[in-house]
Amino acid sequence: MAAGAHHQRVDVARAIRDAAITGLLAFGLFLPLVGFETITNIRNELVLATRWPLLLAIAALVALGRLSYSLLIEPWLARRALQPPSTAIPEWRLKFGKWFIPFAIGFMVAYPAIVITTAGFGRAVKWIDNFGIQVLIYVMLGWGLNIVVGLAGLLDLGYVAFYAVGAYSYALLAKTFGFSFWILLPLAGVLASFWGILLGFPVLRLRGDYLAIVTLAFGEIIRIVLINWVDLTNGYAGITSIPRPTFFGIPFTANDDGFAAVFGLEFSPIYRTIFLYYLILGLALLTAFVTLRLRRLPVGRAWEALREDEIACRSLGINTTNTKLTAFAMGAMFAGFAGSFFAARQGFISPDSFTFLESATILSMVVLGGMGSQVGVAIAAVVMIGGTEIMRELDFLKLIFGPAFDPTQYRMLLFGFAMVLIMIWRPRGLISTREPSLVLKERKVITADLIKQGRG
Amino acid sequence: MEVFLQQLINGITLGSIYGLIAIGYTMVFGIIGMVNFAHGDVFMVSAFIALVAYLILVTVLGISSIVLALFIVLLVAMLFTSVVNWTIERLAYRPLRGSFRLAPLISAIGMSIFLSNFVQVTQGPRNKSIPPMVQGEFVLFTQNDYPVTLSFKQLIIWVVTAAMLGCFWYLVAKTRLGRAQRACEQDQKMAALVGVDVDRTVSTTFVIAAALAAVAGTMYLMYYGVVSFADGFVPGVKAFTAAVLGGIGSLPGAVIGGILIGLIETFWSAYFSIDYKDVAAFSVLAITLIFLPQGLFGRPDVEKV
Repeated sequence: MAAGAHHQRVDVARAIRDAAITGLLAFGLFLPLVGFETITNIRNELVLATRWPLLLAIAALVALGRLSYSLLIEPWLARRALQPPSTAIPEWRLKFGKWFIPFAIGFMVAYPAIVITTAGFGRAVKWIDNFGIQVLIYVMLGWGLNIVVGLAGLLDLGYVAFYAVGAYSYALLAKTFGFSFWILLPLAGVLASFWGILLGFPVLRLRGDYLAIVTLAFGEIIRIVLINWVDLTNGYAGITSIPRPTFFGIPFTANDDGFAAVFGLEFSPIYRTIFLYYLILGLALLTAFVTLRLRRLPVGRAWEALREDEIACRSLGINTTNTKLTAFAMGAMFAGFAGSFFAARQGFISPDSFTFLESATILSMVVLGGMGSQVGVAIAAVVMIGGTEIMRELDFLKLIFGPAFDPTQYRMLLFGFAMVLIMIWRPRGLISTREPSLVLKERKVITADLIKQGRG
Repeated sequence: MEVFLQQLINGITLGSIYGLIAIGYTMVFGIIGMVNFAHGDVFMVSAFIALVAYLILVTVLGISSIVLALFIVLLVAMLFTSVVNWTIERLAYRPLRGSFRLAPLISAIGMSIFLSNFVQVTQGPRNKSIPPMVQGEFVLFTQNDYPVTLSFKQLIIWVVTAAMLGCFWYLVAKTRLGRAQRACEQDQKMAALVGVDVDRTVSTTFVIAAALAAVAGTMYLMYYGVVSFADGFVPGVKAFTAAVLGGIGSLPGAVIGGILIGLIETFWSAYFSIDYKDVAAFSVLAITLIFLPQGLFGRPDVEKV
């Protein structure tokens, strides 16, 4: 007992010392950029202002965090490490796994109705648009990239280029030739997959990080061309008044032949939003369904074989060139669909929407979700995009931090921080177990330790 | 001829900055095999630290000697940036060492997003510009009424870069630390077996990378007189291009690659199109990786089954 108490006291002393050192380090770290602020004054000169209270508060918070880590979390982790890891899967998880997908799809289908009943007719537009549609676009992009990265193991950091190709194809063709959304949707997909093959060809020999960097370069080149080819794309200003999709020929306008008038309803922008919501839901589910079926086809198995070991794959007689190109083309096609939907939904596109940050976001959704796992990718998309969107709504924080506090500023800051944290917490993503696509006798779960995902 | 010479001078100056950043990429890739995506943003952070230090010296303390001020700014920026990069390695990369390959890359991308947004939140989104620190130039010669000049700023950049590369070369080639580093690069397990502290060596690598990035950041601030939170990404990618062009893992390669990229970019802007100057750098990156993946001075990557 005495020994235990002694042991505990030594720990406390060490924890306090560690906390003090960490606090000092944090003070030094944040001193130049938090302690001082560079402000442009009235005479347009750069001057300094100090923010000592903020700096001290941050250093104290970091020290406190370190203290609680070594006093509370570390012992807990140590205790947990002592217990033998349980191999049996708890029953609630089996049940959860069984019911999660139907429940999630049901929820997504019912989402507009739920929002309208809870938030009211007027406020529902915002919730369906900002959360529902926005999240679903990223879910779809994540699932599309999942084919390239998660299944074929080709690390692509320029995925947003194909999204841009889809968006600009729709915008330009719809504005110039007046084609309808339903004709241009497949056309945008075809064009994007054509670009996928075009950009895929030169990088066939590359793998891993190098492939990522080259695809990043391609993505940036396409964006710079979009900015500078003003005759075609209108440069930075972007393309405005892109035709909106119609409900099988009935436009969503306040006119007599508009959707509301035809169906005898009072005009409201919410009908268009709900229509767009179900449209993107349908597209996303189509992506998931096609991927699911493709995995069972020879080409899908070839993708997964390629991901696991390219040399073994080649020695088994699989044509790796075709396998890689089909993966790029399929992934790009879904990005093209999503892009044309994006252009149709916004009615306005500019190169700003297709920055490297978007590619990084989509890739991180795939990796954080657990590569190859569609449920994981969807959860990651909901958490990351929904989470950052929700930062826009936290107005109550203004009551705590004063009216000058703007939570939206911190969106991307927390986003980057969360990426690092999730990676450290679960390096293989949220869902790191995988079901084999093909089994001999019985289904077994493949844990993360047995697969070398994404060696590329 | 005169335009060519002038662009040559400008290109070498820009290239020195890229080369200094490129060393950071090449060293980190050499030792732990990861593309340190956040390195460009570390460079940007260092430019901001240099900016704050410069403002303290000039507006608060009223130092009038520009050489002294620049020297102190350089030291302060190197010190603080080293601490920043040390912490980043400790928090974001070390827990992922030995994890599967994509994890550190994603963590680094997250760190890159975090750093640029951190600077945006703490220092504001606007460009920060200061009056020129150093003015004046040498007119080397005049031809067809076009003076070819070497400004003092450019001269300072050349001298500082050369001096830093000298120190750095000595550190890597002649000291115990450098030997440990090269040992870790070849085989971490073996290095650990013969008594090299691998963790500490990796940390030191990040510190050196950050110090050189801070030199680049200070020079960047002095040369252009303006910096913004978004300035990390493009120079970062270009420096990475330089590292790849020179052969990743090769230190002289990184410097030569940096100067080549600087020259390609300046000549492209002068003779073709300034709007597409980034396309030139990115195309060089793609072409090098596709046709010459081992770069100019790198060893070819042999794949073993």
